[in-house]
Amino acid sequence: MTLLNRLRDYPHILEVAYQFTEKVFQLLNPIFQRLGYEWADKLLRLPEKIGKGAVFNCQMCGQCALHFTGMTCPMGCPKNLRNGPCGGVRLNGFCEVDATKKCVWVEAFERSKKMRVYGADIYVLLPPLNQQNMGRSAFINIAFLKNSEMPEAWQMETGLRHDHK
Amino acid sequence: MITNRTNGRFENALRSGKFVVTAEISPPDSADPHDVLKAAQVLGRYADALNVTDGSGANCHISSVAACTILSNAGYEVIFQMSCRDRNRIAMQAELLGASALGLHNVLCLTGDDVTAGDHPQAKRVFDFDSTQLLQTARIMRDDGMFLSGRKLSAKPRFFLGGADNPFVEPFEFRPLRLAKKIQAGAEFFQSQYCFDVERLKSHMQKVRDLGLHEKAFILIGVGPLRSEKTAEFMRTKVPGVYVPDAIVERMRKTPVQGKRAEGIKICVEIIRQVREIQGVAGIHMMAYKQEEAGAEILDEVDLNIKEMMR
Repeated sequence: MTLLNRLRDYPHILEVAYQFTEKVFQLLNPIFQRLGYEWADKLLRLPEKIGKGAVFNCQMCGQCALHFTGMTCPMGCPKNLRNGPCGGVRLNGFCEVDATKKCVWVEAFERSKKMRVYGADIYVLLPPLNQQNMGRSAFINIAFLKNSEMPEAWQMETGLRHDHK
Repeated sequence: MITNRTNGRFENALRSGKFVVTAEISPPDSADPHDVLKAAQVLGRYADALNVTDGSGANCHISSVAACTILSNAGYEVIFQMSCRDRNRIAMQAELLGASALGLHNVLCLTGDDVTAGDHPQAKRVFDFDSTQLLQTARIMRDDGMFLSGRKLSAKPRFFLGGADNPFVEPFEFRPLRLAKKIQAGAEFFQSQYCFDVERLKSHMQKVRDLGLHEKAFILIGVGPLRSEKTAEFMRTKVPGVYVPDAIVERMRKTPVQGKRAEGIKICVEIIRQVREIQGVAGIHMMAYKQEEAGAEILDEVDLNIKEMMR
């Protein structure tokens, strides 16, 4: 585990950093707007991949759910589960598929308990991944494009927008 | 809990308040419908409904929807198991509509064992949905009469939806909350993984009751016989999510060879008796793979106990 990886065990710091980043992005919005979100997306992909990759082992799903999942990337789960652990978790709390790895959801739950801002978000029902967002910048997607591509019926049903308020 | 979704035998049995028995059957590796009927023969007499697995353990078998239809036409009440491992959202919603049209209204929505557990570890894992998202999608189709895309259905499907529960593996504290999430998504019944640890189940059910979840969904607890300490060892090391405590493995090991089968049955009966006493448990789910006869003996014995209690 690298030093940056170890940051994951301080989710209460990460969630504040997350909040801060979001604020910065809101402030920078006029620039992104002028640039066009398509371009902003292209510009941000690489830095996002490197930054979030180093800390969260980000897979660039383009629809970051980190604060819903105890600042633990759910894409690290081989089944990509977004709403909680599967029933196959090993007795030692390790992954059914990869016996060398701790279950993402065991970690996510432990970490969510330490989080003051977004801790309770782990109980929110999350929609299925939009495969069209793969590889795109989640920051741009979430901060500005909201979740326009969430399944329509799901949006009507839950009224949930995938934003960070 | 007030609306009767299907007026089917399974749902009616649960709503009547009786202690319900469901049993799992494994669809055969065969294209002969008689083999499907044969698989249901033994436990079909005892169960209020038969669960038909969907590629359980990520192994290939005849499809769940086909086996369900064969059994349903023969008069059995079935629970169609649907896993997210093998289909994307287009196929899933198509299958849900098809199932309802074929009269299969009880649907158990599962994430599914990983492909590496089965006989085709090279396969692509799909998991376009997770089980909770599948529940929500099925409920949207039923209640709002539309696909996830928002496109209208000309006739709504009817479903009585269920989910899986595993109180026996980490993260223990999250498990009851996961049930709450699944109930929010549309689950009205739950079937659990094998229970060999009643104390663990008791503390799980305590939290379930504290959250009032037992009043929002029917909870059936998975049980099944052990054949020997070797099966016990296999189940706890090779079958994802099954916990068999050392004490039980030890008990099987100490039993002489000719008595092992009876001991496995005895353990299961003891567990069922304790599970029945737990408030909020609506029934049991018998999983007796390749041991249907033993499963039947257990249900006979438990039934006998009910009669004795009534006397």
